[in-house]
This record gives sequence, structure tokens and C-alpha cells, in this order.
Amino acid sequence: MTVVSETSLSAGSRRSARRNRWRPAAILRRLPWWIAAAVLAGGAFLWVYPFLWMVSASLKDPLEIFASGLQLIPDSLIWENYQRAWTDARFGQYLANTVIVTVATVVLVVVRCAMAGYVLGRYGFRGKKIVMGVLVATLFVPTGYTIIPVVDISNKLGLLNSLTGMIIALAGGPHVAGILLYAGYFRGLPKELEEAAVMDGAGFLSVFFRVMLPLANPVTATVTLLTFMATWNAFFLPLVFTFSRPDLRTLSVGMLAFVGEDSIDWSGMAAAAVISLLPIVALFIFLQRYFVEGIAGAVKS
Amino acid sequence: MTSLAEREAIEAGGMVATSAGRKRRFGRLDIWIWGFLTPTVVLYGLYTVYPIIASYWYSFVEWNGFEADKEFVGLRNYQEVLADPLFWNTFKITVLFMVATVPIKVISTLFVAILLNSPKMPFRGLFRTAFFLPVVTTTAIVGVVMQFVFDPASGPVNLLLMKLGLVDEGINFLGSSSTALWTVVGVYVWKWFGITLIYWLAALQTIPDELYEAARIDGASPWGLMRWITMPLLKPFTIIITLLTLESTLKIFDLMLTMTNGGPYYSTEVVEIYIYRWAFAATVPQLGFASAAAVIFGLFVCFVGLFQLLGIRAARKAWSVT
Repeated sequence: MTVVSETSLSAGSRRSARRNRWRPAAILRRLPWWIAAAVLAGGAFLWVYPFLWMVSASLKDPLEIFASGLQLIPDSLIWENYQRAWTDARFGQYLANTVIVTVATVVLVVVRCAMAGYVLGRYGFRGKKIVMGVLVATLFVPTGYTIIPVVDISNKLGLLNSLTGMIIALAGGPHVAGILLYAGYFRGLPKELEEAAVMDGAGFLSVFFRVMLPLANPVTATVTLLTFMATWNAFFLPLVFTFSRPDLRTLSVGMLAFVGEDSIDWSGMAAAAVISLLPIVALFIFLQRYFVEGIAGAVKS
Repeated sequence: MTSLAEREAIEAGGMVATSAGRKRRFGRLDIWIWGFLTPTVVLYGLYTVYPIIASYWYSFVEWNGFEADKEFVGLRNYQEVLADPLFWNTFKITVLFMVATVPIKVISTLFVAILLNSPKMPFRGLFRTAFFLPVVTTTAIVGVVMQFVFDPASGPVNLLLMKLGLVDEGINFLGSSSTALWTVVGVYVWKWFGITLIYWLAALQTIPDELYEAARIDGASPWGLMRWITMPLLKPFTIIITLLTLESTLKIFDLMLTMTNGGPYYSTEVVEIYIYRWAFAATVPQLGFASAAAVIFGLFVCFVGLFQLLGIRAARKAWSVT
């Protein structure tokens, strides 16, 4: 049998399969999958329910939350809750702080990881084994372990109670996975690329910036996203860095402070939570593929 | 024309160039290399490597606040930490949390992943998005929202239970020491379910379709496919995924602090909250004492990590055999 007839055969059977899809026998065969889908749909609803509840509560009248029970659709939309969270509870300020800290940290981390990953992946040099050893050994250091010396050193450098200090401390955290991702990628690129560029008279810097870094765009996307997620969601470090400066709080710290001060304002709390989560959820919806690939990469490698 | 330094760069490029024992002058290339490493060496050194080492020194001093002087007290902090029943309590809770969370998470995500991996499954993409959604959200915010979701009087969970007639009055999930930890376990599984699911999906996608098709032609049942193809090929991934899940359960500070603050009566106080309480939340901070607890915790994490490396190595070996 030739290849051509084989493909036309399979295409034909696929077409007839599509025609058979709604015959009773076919429906019966697919029934287990629809039952599984129904079960999963129940699970998926449970998974998004807290967010639906949150959005619903953020639009309800403060009294309606207690009175209406499980009803998710509010009687009338109360946008005032958002205004209260934005101005009175200062979530506008917290959002600005979080954006500044996240953007600056991501830039610092991506640049330093790309540079370190490049030389570790492509060059052999004395001390390389030590550098790699230290990086791998500290891959899983929890924040709770390092937090006291981090605060102490920031205090001595005069960087405690400032966004700059927070950014530097976050950028110096264990972002080892980024370095290893870059190193692995650069190691796999063919040597001829470099040689051709050097022939054309490119130096070390221009080889890196003009040839190598643009090739590593997929890695840059992954590292950017993973760092963005880690920084936007960071809590322990921003918490201890803002004890005496409430105006520098990030969203996660502000949220805890808000319920500590005002635990009766449920709709304001919900509005504040929506403000805090909306940017990262929107980013996830648009860049879902990269999020999933970035995380799946951890297992594959 | 290529200059000498550039030719040196070509020679040194790639892994093969530096064989062991070959001596080279500290050349222009090395300046570039270390220049590129400088940001990492400085930032990472200052904020991750130095703190790891400094913790050891701090654990030997009496030190009540960042502005205060340190006084060397030898091993006293360790004696006090190890004599504190609440410290052992935190370890008990951390381990309990791990033992409860890891099997539930690893097994339930495997089932969902097998379903979602089948092309016959309707709405797979939508389900995957829904299960992954909590993963991207800020843990501390979710923790605070969960305080309200599990509220004994007006939280939706208790409202539902009351409406179904399962309970007469709201259960104080987070306010009683018998239920608080299990509630956090539930929320933790919910929050990080998607990440383990993605690990499994990535693992399942490494199994080539041809294997299934060949088996199907030989008349294998769906159960047979699972038993003889999927399960054996997933074995090395099972080890890696279990260990990754295990390691991540050590990082529950954000969720615990915002949901329960370690309470009630220390029933959910994990090690990181214990350190936080003594170093930052106490009226007179006991930084030396907290550092000693941190060092012991660090050694514990190190132990888990070592276990992990050995496991991954074993998994790799098993993988290369099959």
C-alpha cells in the first residue's frame, strides 16, 4: 500500500467518524467521557467559586452580603466599594508600589540571570564549578531562613523601609531556576553562531546582545513570567520591609493590614482583593500558554 | 582580521575547550566572564548566600532588636530552642501538613491529568484553565479572602452547609484548633492543585501516541493501557513530582499567616511563623533565638533537599534503563 492511499484512507475514515458522531452507538461510547466531564465541571466550578464569590461580594451593598446568603448576582451594582478600597484603604497606592517593585525586580532578575546563564552555559573558566555548586545548593532556600540577616544587612545599608531596598532584596533572592534555564539554553546553541559573529568583528558584548540574547527570547519570556509571578505574589519580605512605613506596603501586605484594621467591611475587602488579583489573572488569561510551559519545563528538565 | 583575544574567545567558547589542568592566564575574556557574573555574585551573595552563613553566627548571640548589640552566648539559644515544646510542635505541624497534603495532591492531580490528557475529553482547555487559576493568584490575598469564605456566621461554606441541613450552626473552621489545620490543608490543595496537574500533564505528554495505538491494535482494554503503558512509564516522574510537591509544602508561611496567624493556640504554627513570631512580632525581638530556630529549619530543608536529589538521581537511572 502506498503512502498516498493510506492517508486518503485515514482521511476518509475520519470523515465518516465525524458523520457517525451523533448516532446512538457513538453517543453511548462517548457517554463515560461526558460523565467524567460533568464531574470535572463540578470540580472546576469549585475551583473558580471563591473568585466568583469575591467579585460578587465586591459589588454588593455591605448589608446585602450578610442578608442575601448564597446568591451570587447582586441586587444592584455598588461600584462605591471599589472607590472605598482604592482611596480610603489606599489600594491605589499599594497597587502603584506593587507595580514599581515588580517591574524593577523583573528587569534586574532577567538581566542578571541572562548574563550569568550566558557565561555559565557557554564558557569554561576557573571557579565555574564553585559558582554552579553554590547555585544548585541554594536552589530551595526558604525566605524564613534568610529573613533575619536580610533585614539586618538592609538596615545597615540604610535600605530598610524603602522600595529600593525591597527591590534589591527581592532581586537578590533565590532566582536560581532562571540562571539554569538560560545556561541550559545557551549551552545548546551551535558554536558557529559565535564564530560567524566574531569573524564579522563583533566583541564579547555585541555577540551577547546582538546574537545570543535575541535568540533566547523564549527563555526570556519564561523567566520574565516566573519572576513576575513570584514578585507580584511576594509577601514575607515586603511585610517585614514595611513595618514602619505603611505607605510603602504592597498589595499582599496591604490586604492583611486592611482586615486587621477593618474586619467588618466585607465588600471593601472583596473590592480590594479584586483590585489586587485582577492584573495577574488578566496576564494569566492572555499568556496562559507561557505560564503552563514555564512550569512544565521544571519537570521535563 | 581577528585579534588574539578574540581568537582566544573562540577557543574558549563551548564546554570542551577547558580540559582539566590546563592553565591559562587571567585574560581579557575572564574579565568579561566575571563582569557578567558580577550582578549575580553581588546581589545573590549579599541577599542569599551571606544570610545563610550569617544565620549561624547570629544563632550564637543574644540580640534583642536590629539596633541592639550582640552578645556571644555560645550554644544557649540552641538549648532554649530545643527545650521549647512549641518549637517541636511547629515541626510536628509542618510534618503533619506534608504527610496530609502530598498524597492527596499527587494522587488526585494524576487522575485529573489522565482525564485531561485524553483527546476524547470535552472542554479540556477550559478545565485546565479553571484548575490552574488559583496558582497564579497572590497567596496572601487568597488567605485573607478565605478567612471570609470560611466565616462561621456569613461565609458561603457555612451558609451552604446550613442550607443543606448538614449542620445546625456554622462551624468555626479557622477558629477551633481541631479544624484549623485541616481547613488550611484543603485550601492549600485547592490553591496549588493546578501546578501538580501541569507537572503530570507534561509527564503524560512524553509518552508517544504510537505506543497506545500499537497496544490498541493488539486488543488492549483502556484499563490494560493504563496498567501496562501509562503507569510504568510514569514511574520516574512520580518520584520527581512527589518530591517537588513535598518541597513546596515547606513554603506555607503566606497562607498560614493570613489564614490563621499560627493560631488558634499554636495549632497551625509552622516553623517559619515561629521564626517570624520571635524575630518580628514579639515586643522584645529575640533575634538570636529565632536564628537558632532558623538554622535548625535550614538543616531540615537541606535534609529534604538532599533526599530530593538522591530521589531524582534514582529516577534518572530508572528512566535511562527503560
